[in-house]
Amino acid sequence: MDLLVQIKDSITVQEAVDFVQSPSCGGVAVFIGTVRNETRGKSVQKLYFECYTPMALSEMEKIARHIQQEMGIQRIAILHVSGEKLPGETVVVIAAAAPHRGAAFTACQYAIDTLKETVPIWKKEYFEDGEVWVAAHP
Amino acid sequence: MKVLLFGIAKDIAGAPVIQVDTPVTQVAGLREYLYGRYPRLRELRSCMIAVNKVYAADGDALQPGDEIAVIPPVSGG
Repeated sequence: MDLLVQIKDSITVQEAVDFVQSPSCGGVAVFIGTVRNETRGKSVQKLYFECYTPMALSEMEKIARHIQQEMGIQRIAILHVSGEKLPGETVVVIAAAAPHRGAAFTACQYAIDTLKETVPIWKKEYFEDGEVWVAAHP
Repeated sequence: MKVLLFGIAKDIAGAPVIQVDTPVTQVAGLREYLYGRYPRLRELRSCMIAVNKVYAADGDALQPGDEIAVIPPVSGG
């Protein structure tokens, strides 16, 4: 298999990079998503990620396969966390390896943009004075 | 028929799984049932239904034994 999709409590950049690196690929692009410490001026204490894991993995695999079949990427890793995360912690890592850099950059952008639209994972933000499911309401 | 709920939909229903006793044969019918039972679902930015881990359209049929889930607006990443 030349694609890796995982959802687990903790992920590292290194495991994604290790998976995609290959002698035939001269470029590896990596996107790292971390917990931001504020939203619209309010301090974020922590995030909680809930996943419909089997469907989320299936949607992540669709993204990875599209990238391989249509975007010139040989090896791709998409990793996402579940559970509680504190500001600064890593919540998503995407690594794409290609013979040349352009495809790798494009693939990372496509993967994170599509993940945010289609993968059934939900983020709850915890503030000092309450909590909210992100983007649930118009 | 069992229906899984996630994120804010789970909070609105007050449970991660609900039982639907009314016979519904289409996604559209299930959606109307859910909106009737939990009117706050209508206030969400979107409310998709997944059948067997794939996004379903309102015209899609529901079969006994399908794994059905309510997918409120996703916010991963």
